[in-house]
Amino acid sequence: MGNFDKKLIRFWEIFYYYNGYKKVLLGLRNTVYIAVFGLLLGIIIGTIIAIIKVVPKYKTLPKILGVLCDIYVGLFRGTPVVVQLLVAYYVILPLLGINMSALSVCVLVFGLNSGAYVSEIMRSGIMSVDPGQMEAGRALGLSFRVTMLKIVVPQAVKNILPTLGNEFIALIKETSVVSFVGAADLYVAFNYIGTNSYEFMVPYLVMAIIYIILVLIIAILIKAMERRLRKSDRRN
Amino acid sequence: MIDVINLKKRYGNLEVLKGITISIKEGEKVAIIGPSGSGKSTFLRCLNCMEDPTSGSIIFEGVDIADMRVDINIHRRHMGMVFQQFNLFNNKTVIENIMLAPVYIGIHDLREKKFKNFFIKLRNTFSKEKKPLYEINTTREKIKAEARENAMRLLKRIGLEDKANVYPSTLSGGQKQRIAIIRALAMNPKVILFDEPTSALDPEMVGEVLDLIKQLAKEGMTLVIVTHEMGFAREIATRVLFMDEGRILEDNTPEEIFSNPQNPRTKEFLSKVL
Repeated sequence: MGNFDKKLIRFWEIFYYYNGYKKVLLGLRNTVYIAVFGLLLGIIIGTIIAIIKVVPKYKTLPKILGVLCDIYVGLFRGTPVVVQLLVAYYVILPLLGINMSALSVCVLVFGLNSGAYVSEIMRSGIMSVDPGQMEAGRALGLSFRVTMLKIVVPQAVKNILPTLGNEFIALIKETSVVSFVGAADLYVAFNYIGTNSYEFMVPYLVMAIIYIILVLIIAILIKAMERRLRKSDRRN
Repeated sequence: MIDVINLKKRYGNLEVLKGITISIKEGEKVAIIGPSGSGKSTFLRCLNCMEDPTSGSIIFEGVDIADMRVDINIHRRHMGMVFQQFNLFNNKTVIENIMLAPVYIGIHDLREKKFKNFFIKLRNTFSKEKKPLYEINTTREKIKAEARENAMRLLKRIGLEDKANVYPSTLSGGQKQRIAIIRALAMNPKVILFDEPTSALDPEMVGEVLDLIKQLAKEGMTLVIVTHEMGFAREIATRVLFMDEGRILEDNTPEEIFSNPQNPRTKEFLSKVL
């Protein structure tokens, strides 16, 4: 450990004087960007799939949609997210001839991926809500869709918030593979510092600390949100 | 007002309702009594298609609502329903619970009219014959204000106006059930269906809920009530149905049923519960 201070100085040099911090900030922004928008997309997709799955299956259309959703969930849960990224970026986009930035591809893939997981989380949340809530809404003349969106889903979200928080944290950490398709995240930034200072100990240590801080902040935010949503449970 | 014709309901191999034909007129207060598992609740829930009947028809104001092609939501707006477990929306405050459906439906209809008007205007500019527009004499704000006013009036009526902005989890069972009743009333229904409204209540809270139902009965509202409260049924009902094993075995005035039952099964049941 004798030369740790030297390594620290070397790291600071690159980080501060050679614009390393700009890369780190950009990486941080991209990491958060992908995770946040990926999760938002995932929640939207997941909620739609969860609702399709709980619709009574008397008619043909819900049945077909149900099967499609099963296929989607199976596909995205059955392959690693790295593989999905590579296939999306190097196979599907060229085949379709679409020009898209690596960052948007990442958001899309992570959104689709977490949508598959969120759908199951959301479904368990919806099933945890008393069926009487749906009945009461329907008895007032509201449609299935409206009752679902105004009454059942808000209560389901409250029940699954801790699990959704888990999904967000997992997503933040999973984004460390986006460099496979050339998107600049935290790993890319610290790797840049490492290769330029010829030593990797400090950069990777700092990277780990930044990830931990990020996750801790998210955990605090989720707690606060949970408290807010629990207000209808409290006796006052 | 409601004509039920040969209504049957089957869950798998279990036939719960074995052909019920009955006609309920406006202003009648119908109490449905009978042992557990006799199909009383299922029958009530079939009346507004909470359970889809297996066969038969339910004619409500001239429309067969058992027909799957009918938009049931429109007809349910005119049929209130009160549940055993209250089923207030847990994520809404008391006043939001009452306002939700009137406001949503009001705004939805308004939007639909505006949408239709847009196309009529479009057609009118290109064709010679002018079609009349739908009349719009309300706005979103007006709908909301009216719903709020109506909700507060109803809350005052049951003496709970100070609870307008609390969540249902803070209320007692009796308060919840009375709010559930005025939530149904806020839609100005033509009939209210009660599914054992007092069965989940503490004994001391039964009275306040029954009083409210009695008031509604006096005002001439059409009521259909599944109940185990025989005294209550006797007091407010104009007609009592005794059900067992998916059939209506006796259909008569309360005086006749309670003092002079004809069917041996009715006699047996009443001798046990009275």
